Amino acid sequence: MSNPGFKFVGQEYAHDSAELHVTGEAVYVDDILLPENSLYVFVQGSAIAAGKLTKLDLTKVKKTEGVMAVITAEDIPGENNIGPVVHDEPILTQGKILFAGQPIFAVAAQTLAQARDAAQYAKIEYQPKEPVITIEQALKANARVLPDAVIKRGRSSAVIKKAEYQLSGQLCIGGQDHFYLEGQVSLAVPQENGQMLVYCSTQHVSEVQELIARALNVQNNEVVVETRRMGGAFGGKETQAAQWAVIAALIANQTKCPANLCLDRDSDMIMTGKRHDFNVDYKVGFNQKGVIEGLEVILASRCGCSADLSGPINDRAMFHIDNAYYLKDITITSKRLRTNTVSNTAFRGFGGPQGMMVIERIMDEVAQKLGLDALTVRSRNLYGKTTRNMTPYGMKVSDNVLPELIEQLKRNATYAKRRKLVEQFNQSSSIIKRGIALTPVKFGISFTTTFLNQAGALVHVYKDGSIHVNHGGTEMGQGLFIKVAQVVAEVFQVDPAHVKPCATRTDKIPNTSATAASSGADINGMAAKIAAEQIKQRLIEFAVKEYKISKASIKFAPEGIKIGRKTVRFKTLAYQAYLARTSLSAQGFYATPKIHYDAAKGKGRPFYYFAYGAAVTEVAIDTLTGESKVLRVDILHDCGQSLNPAVDMGQIEGGFVQGMGWLTTEELYWDKQGHLQTHAPSTYKIPACSDVPQTFNVKIWNKGKNLEPTIFRSKAVGEPPLMLAISVYSALTHAIASMKSGADLPRLDAPLTPERILMAINQ
Amino acid sequence: MPRLYRRSRKTQQQESSDKLAFLLNGEWVELDPVSPTLTVLEFLRRDRRLCGTKEGCAEGDCGACTVTIGELHGSKIKYQAVNSCICFVGSLHGKHLITVEGIKQNGKLHPVQQCMISSHASQCGFCTPGFVMSLYTYCYQQEPGFSRQKINDLLAGNLCRCTGYRPIVTAAQKLLKRKNLSRYGYSDQAVTAQLKKNHFKKSHSFSVNDATYHSPVSSDELATLLQDHPKATLVAGATDVGLWVTKQQQKLDCIISIERIDALKTTRVGKDMVSFGAGVSLSEARQVLMSDYPDLGELIRRFGSEQIRNRATVVGNIANGSPIGDLAPALMVLDAKLTLRVGSYRRFVKLDDFFIDYGKQDIKPGEFIESIQIPRVFKDAMFSVYKLSKRFDQDISAVCGAFNLQVDDEGIIKDIRIAFGGMAGIPKRASNVEQALMDESWSLQTINKVMPLFEADFQPITDCRASAEYRILAARNLLKRFFLETQSESIETRLSGAVE
Repeated sequence: MSNPGFKFVGQEYAHDSAELHVTGEAVYVDDILLPENSLYVFVQGSAIAAGKLTKLDLTKVKKTEGVMAVITAEDIPGENNIGPVVHDEPILTQGKILFAGQPIFAVAAQTLAQARDAAQYAKIEYQPKEPVITIEQALKANARVLPDAVIKRGRSSAVIKKAEYQLSGQLCIGGQDHFYLEGQVSLAVPQENGQMLVYCSTQHVSEVQELIARALNVQNNEVVVETRRMGGAFGGKETQAAQWAVIAALIANQTKCPANLCLDRDSDMIMTGKRHDFNVDYKVGFNQKGVIEGLEVILASRCGCSADLSGPINDRAMFHIDNAYYLKDITITSKRLRTNTVSNTAFRGFGGPQGMMVIERIMDEVAQKLGLDALTVRSRNLYGKTTRNMTPYGMKVSDNVLPELIEQLKRNATYAKRRKLVEQFNQSSSIIKRGIALTPVKFGISFTTTFLNQAGALVHVYKDGSIHVNHGGTEMGQGLFIKVAQVVAEVFQVDPAHVKPCATRTDKIPNTSATAASSGADINGMAAKIAAEQIKQRLIEFAVKEYKISKASIKFAPEGIKIGRKTVRFKTLAYQAYLARTSLSAQGFYATPKIHYDAAKGKGRPFYYFAYGAAVTEVAIDTLTGESKVLRVDILHDCGQSLNPAVDMGQIEGGFVQGMGWLTTEELYWDKQGHLQTHAPSTYKIPACSDVPQTFNVKIWNKGKNLEPTIFRSKAVGEPPLMLAISVYSALTHAIASMKSGADLPRLDAPLTPERILMAINQ
Repeated sequence: MPRLYRRSRKTQQQESSDKLAFLLNGEWVELDPVSPTLTVLEFLRRDRRLCGTKEGCAEGDCGACTVTIGELHGSKIKYQAVNSCICFVGSLHGKHLITVEGIKQNGKLHPVQQCMISSHASQCGFCTPGFVMSLYTYCYQQEPGFSRQKINDLLAGNLCRCTGYRPIVTAAQKLLKRKNLSRYGYSDQAVTAQLKKNHFKKSHSFSVNDATYHSPVSSDELATLLQDHPKATLVAGATDVGLWVTKQQQKLDCIISIERIDALKTTRVGKDMVSFGAGVSLSEARQVLMSDYPDLGELIRRFGSEQIRNRATVVGNIANGSPIGDLAPALMVLDAKLTLRVGSYRRFVKLDDFFIDYGKQDIKPGEFIESIQIPRVFKDAMFSVYKLSKRFDQDISAVCGAFNLQVDDEGIIKDIRIAFGGMAGIPKRASNVEQALMDESWSLQTINKVMPLFEADFQPITDCRASAEYRILAARNLLKRFFLETQSESIETRLSGAVE
């Protein structure tokens, strides 16, 4: 629901750059006009997936027309590392080859065409070895990037054995390429005295700053990183932006020329990480009502060649095995596997979607076994309000709104009636079959690495009353800047048009966390509010003195500041305060309270709160070809008290469609030698316009309210809606099940491409 | 922002004096010779600093680079959406190029821009100029009434990763409800007058650093040029050749473009035959073919995207010898024929015989396909073509199957032609299956009997689009689908096209 009693928060303001977007005037990094002496950088990747370099002769590359610099690992003055947590991934290879496409050298020339041409003249020889590509191969080779982790409660093994029913199975869940429309791009501009200014399309300016500083062997204060906007990110520019920024900075540092490094689409898809794919083994015990009594899950994920963010991603997968359900006796084991593939990374949901897929698949299987509607099984397993409300990791679910929310959605979507219609349809239709499913989402909000839950903001009020706001969050299209502007506008009671959001810069806000974990508005909005409130207090104190009136008689309102009976315009008061030598600039800092987590014990409160939602999806499949189509989707999602319902709507719809792509058409395909074969939109298919259901009813839950005192009681919305798309998978399962008479569902690996569906039907 | 200087392209060696001339957002641009493989996108972004047009994929799949190109057809100007990333600058000669920077009128936002803003249809904004231009182009050719299907088709070549398309569809609906949208664009009269300058009727060519771009205006000229330069790369819309440049960094020394040859843009519709010249685009061909062959209309609707179909040609799709097609299998079962020409000598080749092996076609150096002849529906024939791909719109087929059947009054198969794309190194007839079906009764029993013969006809490969097992199974099932569709119209057998 929107915010009652607020003027600017809760309103549907357009994206802060909407007009710049539609006119093409919005400046992305590759649009920045370059100085005359600028260079374009091309990065050459490895042709093999595993082994080592035996020869690297770049003589001819260097002699090619237009080439100004060629760098290898040896040209890095500082640390040759791009690993953000574990220092285990080089910027440029030192000789060892970890995956096909791994950067070997970078060449800078006057034009990109020259740089690309020149790279072809490199003489590279390898000594290949047998690569470890698949999860099966990594399990066999016992290859890990990080130690296994376990979350355990009760005695799952014994409980499963004693349960009335048991089932076990496997599920493979494919990865996903981010396919942000703007590829990775950085522009490094050398400054005086060896300093570096880098424009980078990144979700994490401070990490890019730090990695550049380490590579250049300088202190963080020598490097400034700026991000005005990204052309999409979805987690793919959290850690993955740094490598290209660092290489651009290395070139700029060596040549003293600005260096632009923009990955073409194919290089981007080959050289940057994706969503982790998982192989899952599960064993479950349940009773005749379908209530799950014991569960054992082994999550094996392909992390790729380095740790990157695989630790917290796999943690989050474990935290979301329960999704919305109480699972009393449970053992979750997580295996983080090393392979000779690009290092997998953050992607909207951050492991959560893979975790939830497992339990939702189990719900479908339990329902099939017992001949029940899967929704009945889901409802019976939901967390309770006062009992059965403790997660496996020991956090209480204190605001479980799902029973109510699901009930409302069921009614809105006429689920029961439509399920009957689907069954009737399937009886009369021999080739086309339909399916319907309702699945819920409960998603934990906060970085599970507790210290990351901090944010800073800087608010300036200029003497003409215009306002400038900076914060550590980055704008990737999600509407963070307009939300924060609304927050500041609300504090001062001025129109958000007077609040200018500015580029995220490391010299404005230091030590930022990535804009990730859906936390952008939660933490940066709060920091901006804290900053604005300070200035507001100073203005009030000034007015008390100036107008000789009590604090209580001063009130900020859209028409101006009410001072007793007078109304003074905001800009007037600002100017008066300036003349009276009042500081009109303030810094705000916010750290999310209450959260803590002990990874060794697998216990704690990793999340400040949960975001909830549910979706009903109806699909049709063609049983001769395996083609499928999503016919109708109904969504009800909890945004707390939404800061901007239009922006939140965009996140819900966009997240759903992205999740739908992950589970249906988006298939990553590596050949046996470890070469990614799907590295462009001609082979990698994200949803197109016609894939979006013709009937797509999305509603923000009108009863939403955050029990925790978040920014104006709103809830984070970036990631959770992606997982609403699990209803597509479940509806497809329902359609496929209509072809099966027995109590067993065929195995259904994701994504459910036509091939997977047809093969499952013919199993 | 850093200190901003204009970056100038290095003056390149000039060997030819023909200048390129075209309108850019209503203003004349005259260019000294440029590299023949310079793309319109690169020209806009690097040379003109018009950075609203974006590169998302450099292969004509994402649509972030969409621009509008206006071209004279007789005395009328026709605007089309085009992927600038795989379109060569040489093709702009005598045309009107409109970019996102050029669509405001008197400083006021165009209605498409207003509708996009009010519908919250941009998030990251990177794909937005492409969507704006796709919808803007439609404003010039606006037809009365519009459906969701129409909007889907208009936007199939524009990918958005943020919004989930719903708000963009809403923006399109708002926009298309308005009447006479073309009045918000450039004046047809003024632009036509500008483009009618005489020299655009002449052939032209330009060279830079030993690479040449020829753009003849007659077939005879083309025939001579091609004899003189037998290794030249022949392009029409360059929707395939463009990728040789952007993806494979191929250096093309000699490009001959056929797109200004009016004689090759001719469509002839006879009583028994439709003939398309080599320059006829898929968009144009679809208009002609869809009434005779609704399935062919549907196949072309799903072929590439609006932007691609506007540039790609029927003949180009045959000439590039793709093992998939998609038109090839359909045109094979329809018994299409090609007219090939070298110099003044012409010969005719059945499409069946044109594909020899993977990457090898029956075409000699200096020879070109002048036209294709497609028989029109003959009595009692039943024709279907099915495309299977991971995504319905704008995807390359995993399997594409085409069927053409004639049965007599007793239900005996008198003629059947079956061809598949994606099942072999070339588009290929299912000759064993066909043979086994001839003179049998058209029944499920017969079909089940011949199913094993698919393996005799095809040994498909496993690749990123599908496995060999799927391809064989799906191919068989398509024959079954075809059978069912000939039996009864009441059985629902398709999710795409038929279902809306």
